Amino acid sequence: MEHIRTTKVEQVKLLDRFSTNNKSLTGTLYLTATHLLFIDSHQKETWILHHHIASVEKLALTTSGCPLVIQCKNFRTVHFIVPRERDCHDIYNSLLQLSKQAKYEDLYAFSYNPKQNDSERLQGWHLINLAEEYKRMGVPNSHWQLSDANREYKICETYPRELYVPWIASKPIIVGSSKFRSKGRFPVLSYYHQDKEAAICRCSQPLSGFSARCLEDEHLLQAISKANPANRYMYVVDTRPKLNAIANRAAGKGYENEDNYSNIRFQFVGIENIHVMRSSLQKLLEVNGTKGLAVNDFYSGLESSGWLRHIKAVMDAAIFLAKAIVLENASVLVHCSDGWDRTSQVCSLGSLLLDSYYRTIKGFMVLIEKDWISFGHKFSERCGHLDGDPKEVSPVFTQFLECVWHLTEQFPQAFEFNEEFLLQIHEHIHSCQFGNFLGNCQKEREELKLKEKTHSLWPFLLENQKKYLNPLYSSKSQKFTVLEPNTVSFNFKFWRNMYHQFDRTLHPRQSVFNIILNMNEQNKQLEEDLEDLESKIKQQKNTPTDDIIPKELLHSVHPESPPLKTSLCLKEQTLLPVSEALRTIEGSSPPDNRYSDYAEEFSKSEPTVVSLEYGVARMTC
Amino acid sequence: MEFSELIHTGRAQAELRRGGEAPPLRGTLCVTGHHLLLSPGPQSTPDLWLLLLRSVDSVEKRVAGGSGTITLRCKDLRVLQLDIEGVETTLDIARSIEALSSLESVITSFPFFYRPKGLRLGDAWHFHPPESYYKRVARETTAWRLSEVNQDFGLCPSYPRAVIVPREVNDDALARSARFRQGGRFPVLSYYHAPTRTVLLRSSQPLAGPQKKRCAEDEELLGAVLACVHLGARGFIVDTRSAQAAKQARLTGGGTEAKAAYPGWRRLHRPLERGRPLQESFVRLVKACGDTEQSMDLWLSRLESCHWLAHVKEALTTACLAAQGMEREGACILVHGSEGTDNTLLVTSLAQLILDPLSRTMTGFQELVEREWIQAGHPFQLRCAHSAFSHAHPKHEAPTFLLFLDCVWQLSRQFPLSLEFGEGLLLTLFEHAYASSFGTFLCNSEKERCLCEVRTRTHSLWSALNQPKAQRKLRNPLYVLNPLTIWPSVEPQSLRLWQGLFLRWSRSPESSEVVWEKVWQIVAEGEKTEGAQPTASA
Repeated sequence: MEHIRTTKVEQVKLLDRFSTNNKSLTGTLYLTATHLLFIDSHQKETWILHHHIASVEKLALTTSGCPLVIQCKNFRTVHFIVPRERDCHDIYNSLLQLSKQAKYEDLYAFSYNPKQNDSERLQGWHLINLAEEYKRMGVPNSHWQLSDANREYKICETYPRELYVPWIASKPIIVGSSKFRSKGRFPVLSYYHQDKEAAICRCSQPLSGFSARCLEDEHLLQAISKANPANRYMYVVDTRPKLNAIANRAAGKGYENEDNYSNIRFQFVGIENIHVMRSSLQKLLEVNGTKGLAVNDFYSGLESSGWLRHIKAVMDAAIFLAKAIVLENASVLVHCSDGWDRTSQVCSLGSLLLDSYYRTIKGFMVLIEKDWISFGHKFSERCGHLDGDPKEVSPVFTQFLECVWHLTEQFPQAFEFNEEFLLQIHEHIHSCQFGNFLGNCQKEREELKLKEKTHSLWPFLLENQKKYLNPLYSSKSQKFTVLEPNTVSFNFKFWRNMYHQFDRTLHPRQSVFNIILNMNEQNKQLEEDLEDLESKIKQQKNTPTDDIIPKELLHSVHPESPPLKTSLCLKEQTLLPVSEALRTIEGSSPPDNRYSDYAEEFSKSEPTVVSLEYGVARMTC
Repeated sequence: MEFSELIHTGRAQAELRRGGEAPPLRGTLCVTGHHLLLSPGPQSTPDLWLLLLRSVDSVEKRVAGGSGTITLRCKDLRVLQLDIEGVETTLDIARSIEALSSLESVITSFPFFYRPKGLRLGDAWHFHPPESYYKRVARETTAWRLSEVNQDFGLCPSYPRAVIVPREVNDDALARSARFRQGGRFPVLSYYHAPTRTVLLRSSQPLAGPQKKRCAEDEELLGAVLACVHLGARGFIVDTRSAQAAKQARLTGGGTEAKAAYPGWRRLHRPLERGRPLQESFVRLVKACGDTEQSMDLWLSRLESCHWLAHVKEALTTACLAAQGMEREGACILVHGSEGTDNTLLVTSLAQLILDPLSRTMTGFQELVEREWIQAGHPFQLRCAHSAFSHAHPKHEAPTFLLFLDCVWQLSRQFPLSLEFGEGLLLTLFEHAYASSFGTFLCNSEKERCLCEVRTRTHSLWSALNQPKAQRKLRNPLYVLNPLTIWPSVEPQSLRLWQGLFLRWSRSPESSEVVWEKVWQIVAEGEKTEGAQPTASA
């Protein structure tokens, strides 16, 4: 690689991010074509994918060396001290180059080889089939049809080829409407609710300006409301704050005039734009990255970042959708400006509230594939996969995942997957290791030949399903068909396991999750063993020769005991890693915590009165 | 005094609204000496709704037309509404509730009348006295003795009859040391940490005064403590006040240990909030939690400005500091503030939970609460006279015990497998500390409890809690003995608002209870199949 000048630096220190007494680990730093690797003296490895690096910073030289701070998109922050400035400079320059690629072809996905042959890889890509998903929802049917208008991406480049529209919407109407919508993103079906015969549709803002109107667009909206026999009116939800929408009118865009459309009910829901969200997350990360953070500063920082307020706004919008469909049988059309950020958030969350299928592991993949990937959420721009405009980067998808996490907290039994699953997906929207999230729309993905050159993430997640199962999930419970979350402010909490996922010292020291997961598995195993043995006993009893039964029984059971024993051994083994991990964390943790800064005070011999505030000694009397 | 004098109208037709998803109850409302009853008629279930009047924190009445509404805010943070027919009746009933809920006499309180089925008087009272803890200490070391110098509560009215002190120090010296400490609370053993053979002590502030007085016996006592450990052992005095506040206390006769007088001991100051500011913090938090309409920004700013979680953090940090001194530095720790009956106990009891696996068991924790709070003289009657809703100006109220429970809850969240008890026990203790049918939390000290004959005339909460049927709610199904010290994280990102308590009545209880039940099921299922297996193979 031409960008790598130094591949190995020894005696590098990795500082603890939150320790006030500059605790550190010493080890060796390696730079590979794809990863930065740090191996400390205990042989613990820290791998950082170049694509995960959001920023690299070289701080002013100190007596112990040259500090290098790396911030990652998965919220890992590492602080190295490289002994020689020259090495630091080399690594810094290399990382700058390696973390910002100019071409898609240089991304990790194109070289990543997980030992799959071509047919396996193709199979992986076919795991999620959206045509099947629409069939599951119940379309096409007598009200909705598959339109071939966009088969060649002629009407809208950022939509998928296959789109579902009302039966009575003819091609001229579609074409007319698309010309009246920003980026040609005309109203199409996102989710169909079979029982209510109501639909969630999505589009971009109309090019209405101050007075323009479009008969085809008006027809299309009418067709959507007519496709719902149960209700005459439909909702049009503009997810932007009203002020932003009005401002757009001056640019020839804007929102629907209720007078021009029959039977629509227009509603703003006030989710802020990508720039506000980006700086909100920035503020949040600044606050919680502070060393020696006080409780009050944490909460005032959380407040002023506005992050949870934004999360709540997205959630409230999704609830509006679900309520319109469930309570009023009304169809809903959702848009924002271009219809690929807030619209994706709200449509997908709304569907998730309505349909328990999306709360399963497979279903959640389908949901992401449908409302995010196929409808052209610009993953590459929003995640900054390539060296591009930093103003296009925004944590829109992260917010969606956070909303889902809040739902899993409120409805602990409603989801088949756990938090780890959400974190894994978040990891891979930035990793560029799989092809799924590369590019900004389906057309671009096809041009990149991703299905031939890269692998799909989903089969790998499914393969490891066990890790992502929620042990409390109850699929049968009828109660959970439609989720009705309560969005009172105190139900929103800071998602520590996302924004501090690598700061293990801040995590609970023991995990209930693993334990319950193991217990569930053991229970299943034991039940199977039990059934097995019982059927064996039954078989033996059914054998006709009475005399032999007791003897036979003994004999037949004895050879069977090894599996029983292994199942018991298995139990101990599965439990052990957990408790061992727990031991190491506990054993080493007092120095990890801030109160341990007192340790030095303890060991000072001079008997002074010391009051300490976050490690800063103040001598008194 | 007869309760009937305070009951102006005993009976009325009323409707009770309990908030949340609970359906309203209609029926006959009845005020008795200790309870408010609502009987919706025999065909409904449950056929009787009962509220201990003692648990009412504030009464608010509003009348309009021919009826009235009484809002009862309870000490367990519940809010109830009663719609009553008749204006006079409403006012009468409100007045009765007000009068009866604020009676101060201990011996006419409900625990003296409560005779539950299946329990015998005096059953659990012999369960936890200091003698039983001394037995544990004596198994490890002979350096400590049980002194009965306070047999008649003459030396220290807020200590129990027996205390654990260094064997080398005789009762006369203890008496002198007691005179040098506020309220007579001389240094006594709180916890013996066997792995490092160090001790945790507690006391009140020394009465040094402006002249910086000294007391040879007090110095001898602390010297003997270090000698118990080994030659040249070190000790730390954790003062729960700031250095400034400790200095100022001299003007009013208090103060702190002079460093020259106590060789081997060093002072550390960890200011913890107490008294009125702590009570106000509690009140502000509860107020914020009651507002379901507020915006996110307002909620977060109120959560910040009430400082409650900052107090949680400080309490845990100080306890960890004490624990760390013993475990890592091999030092002895003496904790005191001013009176030594509030934050001192908070720190010593939390430090024990962190260090001692036994105190994290069901019985161990009950013993800890009994020994370190009730017998150690935390003035429950004064501190828990009112909860967060009272309009009365707080005099002695402070939620120190609640702060302790909150810290325990934080530990239980970070170590979900290491505590044998669950949130249910903590909530129960919170309720009973403020209003109870049992005698356990009555009075301010052992001396008062003896005078009121609490032990012989009331039932103990502990015996009720240890009934088999109560266990599923109180026990942690996932508990496995963890023999290690449990060091919590005290970063703000690791601390959480205790929703189960502060939002108990405003959120749907569903999720947490359902999860609890589900976990029990999984655990029980495992036990069942595991139990079934050998019989099948035998």
